[in-house]
Amino acid sequence: MKTILELKNIRKEYPGVVALDDVSLMLKKGEVHILLGENGAGKSTLVKILSGAVKKTNGKIILLNEEIEIKNPKHAFQIGIGIIYQELNLIPHLTVAENIFLGREFSTSSGIIDNQKINSEAQKLLDELKVKINSKSLIKDLGIAQQQMVEVAKALSLNAKILIMDEPTSALTENEIEELFNIIDKLKAQGVSIIYISHRLDELFEIGDTVTILRDGKLIATKVISETTHHELITMMVNRELKDQFPRIKPKIGCELLCVERLTTANRLSNISFTLNAGEILGVYGLLGSGRTELARAIFGVDEILSGNIRINGEFVDIKSPIEAIKYGIALLTEDRKTQGLILELDLQKNVSLASLSEVTTNGILSNNKERNLSEKYILDLNIKTTGSQQKVRNLSGGNQQKVVLSKWLSTKAKIYIFDEPTRGIDVGSKVEIYEIMNRLTDEGAAIIMISSDLPEILGMSDRIMVMHQGKITAKLSGEEATQESIMHYALGEHYAN
Amino acid sequence: MLIKNLWSQNARELGTVLGLVGLSLFFWAWSPYFLTISNLLNIAQQTSINAIIAVGLTFVIITAGIDLSVGSIMAFAGVVMASLLQADLPIYLAIIIGLLVGTGSGIVNGLLISYGKLPPFISTLGMMSVARGAALLFTDGRPISGFSSDFRFIATGEIFYIPVPVIIMIVVYLLAHFVLTKTKLGRYTYAIGGNEEASLLSGINVKLMKTIIYGLSGMLSGLAAVLLTSRLNSAQPIAGIMYELDAIAAAVIGGTSLMGGEGKISGTLIGALIMGVLRNGLNLLGVSSFIQQIVIGSVIIVAVLVDMAIKKGKN
Repeated sequence: MKTILELKNIRKEYPGVVALDDVSLMLKKGEVHILLGENGAGKSTLVKILSGAVKKTNGKIILLNEEIEIKNPKHAFQIGIGIIYQELNLIPHLTVAENIFLGREFSTSSGIIDNQKINSEAQKLLDELKVKINSKSLIKDLGIAQQQMVEVAKALSLNAKILIMDEPTSALTENEIEELFNIIDKLKAQGVSIIYISHRLDELFEIGDTVTILRDGKLIATKVISETTHHELITMMVNRELKDQFPRIKPKIGCELLCVERLTTANRLSNISFTLNAGEILGVYGLLGSGRTELARAIFGVDEILSGNIRINGEFVDIKSPIEAIKYGIALLTEDRKTQGLILELDLQKNVSLASLSEVTTNGILSNNKERNLSEKYILDLNIKTTGSQQKVRNLSGGNQQKVVLSKWLSTKAKIYIFDEPTRGIDVGSKVEIYEIMNRLTDEGAAIIMISSDLPEILGMSDRIMVMHQGKITAKLSGEEATQESIMHYALGEHYAN
Repeated sequence: MLIKNLWSQNARELGTVLGLVGLSLFFWAWSPYFLTISNLLNIAQQTSINAIIAVGLTFVIITAGIDLSVGSIMAFAGVVMASLLQADLPIYLAIIIGLLVGTGSGIVNGLLISYGKLPPFISTLGMMSVARGAALLFTDGRPISGFSSDFRFIATGEIFYIPVPVIIMIVVYLLAHFVLTKTKLGRYTYAIGGNEEASLLSGINVKLMKTIIYGLSGMLSGLAAVLLTSRLNSAQPIAGIMYELDAIAAAVIGGTSLMGGEGKISGTLIGALIMGVLRNGLNLLGVSSFIQQIVIGSVIIVAVLVDMAIKKGKN
C-alpha cells in the first residue's frame, strides 16, 4: 500500500511543557491507523497539528511526497484532511444539507442560494454512504450516530483523503457502533485513510489495521494490529520508569470519615459505594468519561443524586449544594482551576478568602488586615511565588495558581478534600510541593480523594486505589497490589488476571 | 517608580477624572458662569437622580448582568407613592412603601434571573414593559400632582446651602462604596461577575446574591422616584423613559465592564458627573438638544474605546 501521509520527528512545545517529542508516523492509503495512549499522552496535540489548530514546533509533515505546512483548519480541509471531533461541530437548527455545505452554498445565476441543488447533492453523498438520513432533516432531530454520519458526509464532500476520528464511539450504542464500522469499511474500500483515536481495545482489534502507541508525548511503538495483544498494548501504554518523585509518607489511618453507598446520578454514575478514612489518600483513576469528575460533583452537592446515600462521621447527610458541602467540611479542588477554581481578575488575597469570608470579618465588615494576614500565612506556608497578596491571580504561574486554590480550601478547615487532577499542567517542583501538602493534611487527620489520570501519581501517592469505567467502580486495590497494568486493565473495563 | 506604579494601577480612574476636569475647563473657557458655585451645585443636583440609579446598575453590571427596567420601576414606584401622599398618608410611610414597590419589582427580576434562569436582558426587558404598564394603569395615564411643602423639601430644600438631593446622593455613594468594598455582598458581587461557576463551587449562594442585587437596583429606582416626584411636584407614569441608558452609560464611562467582575462606585460617580457636566455645559453654550444627543453618544463610545486601549496596553 502506498503511503499517503508521513509525519517526521514532530515536536510540539507549550510554555514549560513538551507535549510531543520526536513523534513519527506513516499513514497508508486505505488503512485505519489507531492512535492509542493515556489522557495527556499527546494524541490530541497530534490531531490539533494535523487539523491546523496549532503549529508544530519542529518536524516535517509530508503529504503525498510533498512537504507541507498546515496553516489553519481551512487549509487542512483544502489539502484533504477531515476531522470528526468528539464534540460534533454541527448547527442544530439547520438542515443536514445546509450543514454539509455550510460556507460553500451553491447559488443560482441570480445569486440566490440554490436550496434544491444543496439538498440533492447532500442526499447523493448520504446515499453513497448508504445511510438512511434525509438531507432536509434538522440536525437537532437526529441521533448522535446519525450526526456523525453527517460529519463524515461533510468531510467526503470536501474530498477528504484522510479522516481523523476522535473517540467516535464514546457516545454510541452497540448498533450504532456497528453502523459506524460499516461506513468505515466502505471508506477504506474507497481509499480513504483513517486516523482513529479510541480507548476501547476490543474496538481497535475489530477495525484497526495499524496502531501507534504514544506515552508522555513520546512515540512508543507502531504495530500491526493482528500481531499484537491486549496485554502488550496496555503494557506499552503505561510502562514507564517510576521516578522517585512521590514523597508519600506512611499514613496514620483513623476512623471512617465518609461513607458512600450505592450512589447513582442522572449523569452516568451508577451504584457507587466506598469509604474514606481519616489520614488516608484514596486514589481514583479513570479515563475520560469514566465518571470520576461526576463523582466529585455529586459528593459536593453540585449534581443531583438520584439514589443512594452519603454518611459523614457516621451520620446520614443530604447535601444539595456546595454551601452545605462546605459546612460538612468537604472541599473540592476542581479539575480546571481557571474556569472553576479562581476568580482570575481578583487578587490573591480575595481568592484565598473566598470560601471563608466569615473568618476575615469583624461584625460583618471585611477586615483588610485579617484578609491579608490569612493570605500571607499561606504564601509562606505553601511557598507561593508572588509579588504579594495584592497580585492578580491571572498573572501567577499554573503551579502558584493551584496553590492559591489550595489555600482557599485550607482556610475552610475542611476534613475531606476532593482533589480533581491536583497537579495537571503544573511544573515538577510545584507538584512535589503539592504532594507534601497532601501528606501534611492526612498527617493532621484529614482525608483526601485524589482523582487523577496520571498513573504514576495514583500509584505514588494513594493508600488505596479505586478504578472507574463508564460510571461504575471496576476495582478497588490496595496501594501495594496495584500496578500500572492492572489499573489500566480495569480502567478499560477489562478483566485482569495475573 | 512609585508614580509609574500609581499610574499603571489607577490609569483608568485618573483618565476619567482628567476627562471630567478637561470637560469642565473647556466649558469654563466658553462660559465663565460654568465654574460658579451655584452652577456646580446645580449640576450635582441635576446629576443626583441618574447617579443614584447608576449605583444599582453598577452592582448589577459587575455581576455581568443588566437592568433595563430601572426607569419604568421608578415611574411605577413614583405614582404609587404619590397616590398615597394624596391620600394623606404620613410622608415617611408613603416613601417607605414607594421604596418597597421598587425593591419588590427588583426582587421579581432577581428571582426570574436566579431561579427562572432567564437572561437578565430578557427578564428586565419584560419588567420594563410590565412596570410601565402598571404605572399607566394605576393612574389611568394621568400624572398625580401637588404635594405638601414638607415633601417638596426633599428635592428643593437645602441644608447648609447644599441641596438635599446632593446630600442624599453623597450618602448613597458612601454606603454603596462601603457595601461593595467592605461586605460579603460586595465581594460576592465581584466574584459572581468574575466567575460564576467558581463562585458557586466556593460555596457562595449565587441565586440569593443576585436576587438581593436586583432588589437593590429596584430600591434605588424607588429612591430616584422620591427625588423626581418631589422635584417636579408631580408623579408621571411616563417618567424615566431612557433613564436606564443614562445609568448604564454612567457606569460604563466610569469603568464598569459589561463583561462583569470589574467596576468601582467612585468611577460611576465620575461617569454620572461627566454626563451631567456635558448636559449642563452644552445648555450653557446654547447647543441644541439634538446635537447634545450626538455629543453624549459619542462620549460614551470614546470613553469605552479609551478604556479598552488602556487595558490592552496593560496586558
